[in-house]
Amino acid sequence: MAEERINAEQVQHVAGLAKLEFTADELGTFTGQLEKIIGMFEELSAVDTTDVPATMRLDDDTNRLGQANMRPDKAVKSDEALRQALLKNAPETANGLIKVPAIIDESGDGE
Amino acid sequence: MNFVTTIGLEVHVELKTNSKIFSPSPVQFGAEPNANTNVIDWGYPGVLPTPNKGVVEAGIKAATALHAEIEHHTYFDRKNYFYPDNPKAYQITQHEKPIAHDGWIEIEVDGKKKKVGIEEMHIEEDAGKNTHESDYSYVDLNRQGTPLIEIVSKPEINSPAEAYAYCEALRQRIQFTGVSDVKMEEGSMRVDVNISIRPAGSDKYGVKTEMKNLNSFNYVRKSLEYEEQRQQRVLMSGGKVQQETRRFDETTGQTILMRVKEGSDDYRYFPEPDIPAVNIDDDWIKEVQATIPEMPGSRRDRYINQFGLTAYDAGVLTQTKEMSDFFDATVAQGADPKLASNYLQGDVNAYLNENKVGLLATDLTPEHLAGMIKMISDETISSKIAKKVFKAIMAGTEPVKWVNDKGLVQLSDPAKLQPIVDDVLDNNDQSIEDFKNGKDRAVGYLVGQIMKKTRGQANPKVVNKLLMTSLKAR
Amino acid sequence: MNYFDQDLTSLHADLVAKKISAVDLAKATFENLRAVDPQLGAFLNLNEEAVLKQAADIDAKGIDPDKLMAGIPVAVKDNIMTKDLTTTAASKMLEHFVPVYDATVVEKMRANDAVIIGKNNMDEFAMGGSTENSAFKVTRNPWDVSRVPGGSSGGSAVAVASGQVPVAFGSDTGGSIRQPASFNGVVGMKPTYGRVSRWGLIAFGSSLDQIGPLTRSVKDNAAALNMIAGYDQHDGTSSKQTVPDFTAGLDGNVKGMKIALPKEYMDKGIDPKVREVIENAVKQFEALGATVEEVSLPHSRYGVAAYYIIASSEASSNLQRFDGIRYGFRAEDVKNLEDVYVRSRSEGFGDEVKRRIMLGTFSLSAGYYDAYFHKAGQVRTLIINDFKKVFEDYDLILGPVAPTPAFKIGDEISDPITMYMNDVLTIPVNLAGLPGMSVPAGFADGLPVGLQLIGKPFDESTLYKAGYAFEQATDVHKQTPEVGGAN
Ligand SMILES: [Mg+2]
Ligand SMILES: [Zn+2]
Repeated sequence: MAEERINAEQVQHVAGLAKLEFTADELGTFTGQLEKIIGMFEELSAVDTTDVPATMRLDDDTNRLGQANMRPDKAVKSDEALRQALLKNAPETANGLIKVPAIIDESGDGE
Repeated sequence: MNFVTTIGLEVHVELKTNSKIFSPSPVQFGAEPNANTNVIDWGYPGVLPTPNKGVVEAGIKAATALHAEIEHHTYFDRKNYFYPDNPKAYQITQHEKPIAHDGWIEIEVDGKKKKVGIEEMHIEEDAGKNTHESDYSYVDLNRQGTPLIEIVSKPEINSPAEAYAYCEALRQRIQFTGVSDVKMEEGSMRVDVNISIRPAGSDKYGVKTEMKNLNSFNYVRKSLEYEEQRQQRVLMSGGKVQQETRRFDETTGQTILMRVKEGSDDYRYFPEPDIPAVNIDDDWIKEVQATIPEMPGSRRDRYINQFGLTAYDAGVLTQTKEMSDFFDATVAQGADPKLASNYLQGDVNAYLNENKVGLLATDLTPEHLAGMIKMISDETISSKIAKKVFKAIMAGTEPVKWVNDKGLVQLSDPAKLQPIVDDVLDNNDQSIEDFKNGKDRAVGYLVGQIMKKTRGQANPKVVNKLLMTSLKAR
Repeated sequence: MNYFDQDLTSLHADLVAKKISAVDLAKATFENLRAVDPQLGAFLNLNEEAVLKQAADIDAKGIDPDKLMAGIPVAVKDNIMTKDLTTTAASKMLEHFVPVYDATVVEKMRANDAVIIGKNNMDEFAMGGSTENSAFKVTRNPWDVSRVPGGSSGGSAVAVASGQVPVAFGSDTGGSIRQPASFNGVVGMKPTYGRVSRWGLIAFGSSLDQIGPLTRSVKDNAAALNMIAGYDQHDGTSSKQTVPDFTAGLDGNVKGMKIALPKEYMDKGIDPKVREVIENAVKQFEALGATVEEVSLPHSRYGVAAYYIIASSEASSNLQRFDGIRYGFRAEDVKNLEDVYVRSRSEGFGDEVKRRIMLGTFSLSAGYYDAYFHKAGQVRTLIINDFKKVFEDYDLILGPVAPTPAFKIGDEISDPITMYMNDVLTIPVNLAGLPGMSVPAGFADGLPVGLQLIGKPFDESTLYKAGYAFEQATDVHKQTPEVGGAN
């Protein structure tokens, strides 16, 4: 095998970003699999993409959907039944609010 | 050692649209928890964002007010992070191609004017709101999806005073476009700042610290002043400034370390595939720009050149859009501009301060204020009566009918006033004597008698003229 | 009652003529399902009580002669929102999730009085090509129950192939309708991106996903697409292009039609028996008066890599909302917020889903975005351009759907790369947003082999026209599987 593409430490880091955790066994298996798949991804480096724009969505960039489909600025209020149904699906609620274990890192919002 | 200070501001402004940026839920402050939400706001499986055309238009207006270049082909990106108030665990924002870039606004500090550059302005969605208690946090998604514009300054602000002036100027210009209330206290304007210092002569920026969500422009200035000095102390004592997020403590006036930043957060931005790119052509821009209300600078010029107001008065009247709009409406109803300006800055302002209310929260209307001012101008009422009328119009009363009903119309007809003057003189020989002996006080007494007889309705100017003529004739 | 041999037109005629009622049909469907499905496992959640009531209501108001789908039993893949009917995407994450709204396609089914019998098994969150990644059950191929039905719309394909319903709706992100259609000998259409609303489809790869129908015949398929196609204000990527009647122009005439056969689709990676079926199909088209010429899609070989980067990246972001806070699975005994996130997601998602999330998160992460995600987007442009070039001279493209017929259950599940390579022929179509259809073309060792037809954007009509001509000229579609269909 050529150079190492991804190691267990990197896999741990990516898992952290994705909010996933793996046992030591799983980590080994995943690292091996990811290594192979990323190796397959590297086939792309053989393609000359100089000056080729990237297609990130299929819209008017690809001349197919035309002008963006936008909604006029009109408000529609949901009914109380929907609010109750939404709250009912939540694992924990209190007084119409969604309840979660305390947020420790208050600086975590990324606006 | 001398230092150069560099300050950057990121200002979030909530747009006053009817519906949210990517969902038709209402944008409304102070509703029941989660009442203004739907499946989109909750980030339900299978939902898609439905972009609001009104938000793009508000963005075009704001960009115009900031003299920014509008991007003709703009799109949205996803910013990924987990947080309970962020239901999709990504924020739809603009990263690569924001709606506007390279603008500027003018600020003034100590009489010196300066243009501050704006790096970019983008549109994005606001998050919900968390409230924290000891072991739990509670999430209200009403605010989720409220449209925001974020305005990022260029590193061209060099003092806390300039930062303060920048906030003021920004607030004023955005407010005049009508796209937002820009109220710090309601959170419709939120300011994040960052500051670094470097030795004079060095061309490399220093390490910056940042402070988020400052509650007032004053705190912006004070926290930056504190931070500027703190960083100087650190450098002077041979230390190094760390890249960190700090919090401003309003009671002590100091900034406190919250967390040290190790590298940058990895938000894994990528273009939002669920929303087609937005093409903004020149026709659309022109159409939207035609609906932007007049900006404060143009209003000031008009007040000075057209209405003959002083630069100072014109400045005060254009501090807020509501005041300026009110003034324009009052003048449009036929009020004398100078009187209207005096009343708004004087009695009306005093009333607002005393009662701690905003202009639009009172019962005063431009029609009523103009009605009163017109009666003053054409001498239908005296300035003394005007005091009573002012109280009435602040209570929402229509002044013209009220003055007539109460019989408060000023008596100016000499034919009607002469007999009263004569009658008073006939009964006040002593006063006539005093006048002849050069005692001016006598005139005042006589005027008072005449006013009393007319229950204050006599026109003092006419009374004075008639009285002097009659006195001299005796 | 067995209606395996009846197509939609004849069922509709019987319903209108009151030879049968919607209730009869619904009852027969459940009866048959109870007999057949235990061997196949096509369905997850059934809707029996609500269905019988709905059918009775339809009978009471009378079958509308203008609504071809009125009273017709249909099945829906379990990643499509059905209000009040548990929708799980075959994941533990949503095991008990009851949607509060209908997908737009489901709204359209209800508006047409179609009767939604239940939800089909699938690969968890549509990630997989064998339906082995379901958190709940294995689905078996009715032609050989030791084999996979393909995936991820495996349950939908099996439900149709085994005669349990005449129409099922699946979703296709990289081949998930066409490949199981090929493995089960049914017709499967992946419409043009934007043709069908994605509102209510649990997102996998947002720039790739499309909902489409699986049926036993081409004409039925066209009728089913008629029902669900069209612009939807809830989906900004849905198209305002007019929707033609897809059943019009099915006349068996393909004289003069210009068909392209990409040489990359027939190379040595393709099972020789599959290649033979396709070669015969080519001869059939030529016999019908079409011309078939070899062309090249030079970048198609990079499709798999580009696709797995793009689809996984989009998926990693789309699946972040499953965080244990607003709905779905939450791990027990969580101590803090981080626990809610990490444990709920780690316990709620299966291995393949985690693998894709990891791949996508990696491809988007700092330092790797340009080399992976952006590069894949550029390659995607080249793949689109390859197709554009071919469509300058040809009406449609023909090739196999999958390199092999259905493989044995358990054979490939442990080797992700082999599994991913199965999609090599279907993936480019999703990357380019084109319509693609699988039509039963023949058999290899008794297992169905599908023929893939690929069209210009929004030109599903030409695919149906060609597919219909081929179908009518052969008797492949008249074969019935071992389980279900033969009885
Ligand atoms: Mg920012
Ligand atoms: Zn922001």
